[in-house]
Amino acid sequence: MTRKRRRLYTLLACGIGLGSAAALALSAFHDNLVFFVAPSDLAAQAGRGRTLRLGGLVEAGSVQKATISGQPASRFRITDGQASVEVTYAGILPDLFREGQGVVTLGSLQPDGTFRGTEVLAKHDETYMPKDVAEALKRTGRWRPEQGAPPPASTWNTMDSHRTGG
Amino acid sequence: MIPELGHFALALAVALAAAQAVLPLWGAASRDKRLMASAPALALGQLIALATAYACLIWSAVTDDFSVLNIAQNSNSLKPLIYKITGTWGNHEGSILLWCLILAICSGAVGVFGRNLPSSLRARVIGVLGVVSAGFLLFALTSSNPFDRLWPPPLDGRDMNPLLQDPGLAIHPPVLYSGYVGFAIPFAFAVAALIEGRVDAAWGRWVRPWTLASWSLLTGGIALGSWWAYYELGWGGFWFWDPVENASLLPWLTGTALLHSAIVVEKREALKTWTILLAIGTFSLSLSGTFLVRSGILNSVHAFANDPARGVFILALLGLVIGGSLVLFAVRAPVLAPSGLFAPISREGALVLNNILLCSIAAVVLTGTTYPLFADLLFGAKISVGPPFFTATVLPLAAPVFGAMSVGPTLPWKRAELWPALQRLWWAALIALVVGVIAAAGLKRGLPALAFGAAAWLIVGAFAEIVERSRLFRIPFAASRTRLAAQPLSVWGSAIAHAGMGVTVAGIAGMSLAQSTIVAVRPGEAVSLAGYEWRLDSVHDGAGPNYTARVAEITVLRNGKPVVHFAPSRRAFTVQKITVTDASIYTTGLFDLYAVLGEERGGAAVLRLHLNPLAPWIWFGALIMAIGGGLSLADRRLRIGAPARRAVAMVTS
Repeated sequence: MTRKRRRLYTLLACGIGLGSAAALALSAFHDNLVFFVAPSDLAAQAGRGRTLRLGGLVEAGSVQKATISGQPASRFRITDGQASVEVTYAGILPDLFREGQGVVTLGSLQPDGTFRGTEVLAKHDETYMPKDVAEALKRTGRWRPEQGAPPPASTWNTMDSHRTGG
Repeated sequence: MIPELGHFALALAVALAAAQAVLPLWGAASRDKRLMASAPALALGQLIALATAYACLIWSAVTDDFSVLNIAQNSNSLKPLIYKITGTWGNHEGSILLWCLILAICSGAVGVFGRNLPSSLRARVIGVLGVVSAGFLLFALTSSNPFDRLWPPPLDGRDMNPLLQDPGLAIHPPVLYSGYVGFAIPFAFAVAALIEGRVDAAWGRWVRPWTLASWSLLTGGIALGSWWAYYELGWGGFWFWDPVENASLLPWLTGTALLHSAIVVEKREALKTWTILLAIGTFSLSLSGTFLVRSGILNSVHAFANDPARGVFILALLGLVIGGSLVLFAVRAPVLAPSGLFAPISREGALVLNNILLCSIAAVVLTGTTYPLFADLLFGAKISVGPPFFTATVLPLAAPVFGAMSVGPTLPWKRAELWPALQRLWWAALIALVVGVIAAAGLKRGLPALAFGAAAWLIVGAFAEIVERSRLFRIPFAASRTRLAAQPLSVWGSAIAHAGMGVTVAGIAGMSLAQSTIVAVRPGEAVSLAGYEWRLDSVHDGAGPNYTARVAEITVLRNGKPVVHFAPSRRAFTVQKITVTDASIYTTGLFDLYAVLGEERGGAAVLRLHLNPLAPWIWFGALIMAIGGGLSLADRRLRIGAPARRAVAMVTS
């Protein structure tokens, strides 16, 4: 086997490996990208039928206990200051879930206009705001980084490495 | 006083690291023996200084010195002693210091164990490690100093996040960091080889044990993290494809590739350039994994938060280390002498296949992890990439890896025939087929059945080479036993590590069959799940050293007989005002029963119950892999008798 031949084989193998990796990644991207939306985007009928991440604040006084097809569930509203969406979630809410706090829900918009959550992520450290939530508030103009000072950076480095959610 | 001593030791370590970065490299370039000989002493000096600094930090934590900002923010006088010690690495500043300490241990180890290295190579390796050390120590000293004072000191500290007050997480960071940082040694060897312009079998022989050790530790560290997520977070899952998890998986994948390609360099002097690139790539991924995720650039729940000054410093450092080594690679790689020949179907060929596939997996994981970042920067789109993406891309690429893992080791070097190799494996294939068919018939589900078949193929096939070498069942048993005993440890090590992968695959397949339910139960009532009856006896208050709790008493029965008594709880930590669910897990080794207490509503308690088949196998398999790596490391051939360098003329640039 000549060196040239060997190099050809190696390149071919690399090409097949990386090519299939790229093909797999592209086809998976097509189906599995999850877009982030704020409640006001949902009000504009965006993203119906897709899996979405909905971020915002839990509306104060909106959390209710409910039962969905025999399972204990919760109902609450998520708001970004302009619009709010009712969310139903069958499962145990995360420990850090609080009214008035930032929350991110993974799920999809139902035909009746409510949002059916399959996963709820919450953080309640007062100096921490999930990026998605901050984005929702910024996008709707509720929080302008150029006006309001974010919490002092020196208080930010406590290690908040836990995942929370259901 | 003690914190100032620590601060001083840290500053001293920076100075020593700077000297370690300059003097040995200069000495090697100017062939000055005395400068080159200074390398081990400087490395040991840096190690002693950093160990002193770390000891001072632990001392401050243990003595509750809340005038130290870091301790005041992350500790509390009520915290148990063990978590006061382990809490030192549970925050940004402390973990950076630990990172630097481990890097210093690596430098020291090369200094102490590298006596048989050629002096110029040793000087260069230690020098390169010194460059990395100096950069990160400077970062620690200037923007992440753990010894900063606070005035006036608070009466008590803010305590550590209760989720981190856990034995599994206490040892997870040091093990994981040792794995991450350990790859600095192959990296330093690679850069030194590029500077010297030569890579040979001896180089491969020196690099492999360091790679093996780091790989084993990284495997253990990832498994510990995943195990912690499983039992502490109470979600019942073990891997979430979170950026921080992916960041640890990436160097593991390329490190595994490096481990295998270093074998080819050592045995056959082939794949040299590629191995160098892998060594650089693996450490670069370790670095970016540790720091990008924690800098908050990637949207991870692990982010320490981002201070712009820190982010810029870290980015500049990463750019310098990664960019610099890649530029050096581009300039110097063509100098490396071309390597030995082999046919596509051969042991080398199989190892090349392993490398290509592992790197392809790493590429898709990297794409999925960083895509949201680029989508945001380039298109302003807020996107996240979830587990379905990773499952859809990683599984099809992992399948051929599993297929080849059992075949590769049975192929001879240089040139082989595929058909005889497959014939030698017919029994392994048969067992895998039987397991797959039985699983398919029992489960009536395709993918888990395939995975069980693959697991059997891996576990049984891993020992094919040993069976072949010992001629088991073909010659009298006593004779093959002598042959078995004569097999080098590294052969056993690789077989055991491959089998460990099979055990993990079986565990993951089992977990895909997990059953769970969420129910509201009143005390005295029972629900049934997966053939077990789960009876809630009572819900009552409890208390621990720094928390109060609501505890559910659950009895699990099978056919009316009690199997186990559970007490999952929700703990409210008094200082941090955080509530944490504490899951109860009962394991038989074949499956886990898992119970979580949720809220209480109207006299009923909400419970989440799981039955997770083969769950413990996931981490048990990883442990087996790490042990396999350790066994391989214990092989005498790796420790002594590194082949002397052939007296060839230095390739000049």
